[in-house]
Amino acid sequence: MNALRKNMPRRIRPGLGTPAVVTLVLLCAQSAFAHPQKGEAVGFLTGFLHPISGLDHVLAMVAVGLWGAQLGSPAIWLLPVAFPMVMAFGGTLGLMGIPLPGIEYGIAASAILLGAAVMFEVRPPLVVAALLVGFFAIFHGHAHGTELPPGQSALLYSMGFVIATGCLHALGIGIGTVHRWGWGQKFLRVAGAMVTAGGVFFLWKAVA
Amino acid sequence: MSTTHKSRLPLYAFVGFVILMGPLPAQAHLNTTGMGPLYDGLMHFLTSPEDFVPVLALALLAGLRGASYGRRALFTLPTAWLLGGLAGISATATNGNAFVSAAWFLLLGGLLAADTKLSVRATTALAALLGLYHGYLNGTGMGQLGTAAVALLGLVFAVFVLIALAAAFVVRLRAHWARIAVRVAGSWIAASGLLMLGWAVRPR
Repeated sequence: MNALRKNMPRRIRPGLGTPAVVTLVLLCAQSAFAHPQKGEAVGFLTGFLHPISGLDHVLAMVAVGLWGAQLGSPAIWLLPVAFPMVMAFGGTLGLMGIPLPGIEYGIAASAILLGAAVMFEVRPPLVVAALLVGFFAIFHGHAHGTELPPGQSALLYSMGFVIATGCLHALGIGIGTVHRWGWGQKFLRVAGAMVTAGGVFFLWKAVA
Repeated sequence: MSTTHKSRLPLYAFVGFVILMGPLPAQAHLNTTGMGPLYDGLMHFLTSPEDFVPVLALALLAGLRGASYGRRALFTLPTAWLLGGLAGISATATNGNAFVSAAWFLLLGGLLAADTKLSVRATTALAALLGLYHGYLNGTGMGQLGTAAVALLGLVFAVFVLIALAAAFVVRLRAHWARIAVRVAGSWIAASGLLMLGWAVRPR
């Protein structure tokens, strides 16, 4: 038995180390923090979930990352920087109650055009790409701004909202790294076509 | 050598036993040590994003510029925070202005996102202004002078540690993508500030 135990790899030898550490950690009394300030309990989570709870937003934001990855530097970082900034501007317009016509059409059109840009691997000048992305970001931001629930921590909601958007861009960039391979370029074009198809669906829903 | 070591073992054991038997107060409760407010101040900073995020942005900005900028921010900001806090303790309680808080987010986040080539003097001025403003606001809500001063020390300590860690982390970044990631974080901070501005002016 001892020989068997001796020959076992060290990391799976039975022992009291792990239970002792767990017990010690559990015995460390921490404050409960059961009474957060107004809105702080759900503010960040609500903000974080808002952009990723709507597929129309998700498609467009991931498409921004995919397109940036296709275009390469400096677009790969300029587009994801431009989008949250302009989106926040759109959100501010929504919060201030300044109306913007055709929000749902704009969001659907963003998925169609950004998806098409990925599908056809369009390579416009950097300024044009940034302007196009920024233009559509206003619609997404405005939609979020007008839908913000009352009673939340403004700061934490805003941070969650922006970080989730950035994570969706990062997801798109991460997927877009397959562009270096031949099969990856085809894969991205197919992904762009799927984003466009999603945009058409949401446009049809907005019109119907 | 080995014999000497063995012969001293009982002596060490005896000294250890005597020390363990010495009855000392447990000091297990912060109200007996008087250290409670120190941790209150420390935790207040770490759980207040309106204080934490601008400091983080300034630390990242200074770190991007280099070690000399980081060192300047490291000593200027906590000192200014302490001075502002001491001034605030004796003032009447006041709430921070939502526009000014949003402006700090926008300014520091925007400078970081744009990787602005600030001078050391400008960085120092920013650190001093940020410290004085936030320190003053913290100080006004801290109550009696004795406990408030200790809480302020805890808070300033947390500010110091955050700047030291964040600036040092960025100073050593050499990869292009890593420095871009820091600037992207700046754009997120600025975007949050813009949204905060919207919250501040939204019709109620």
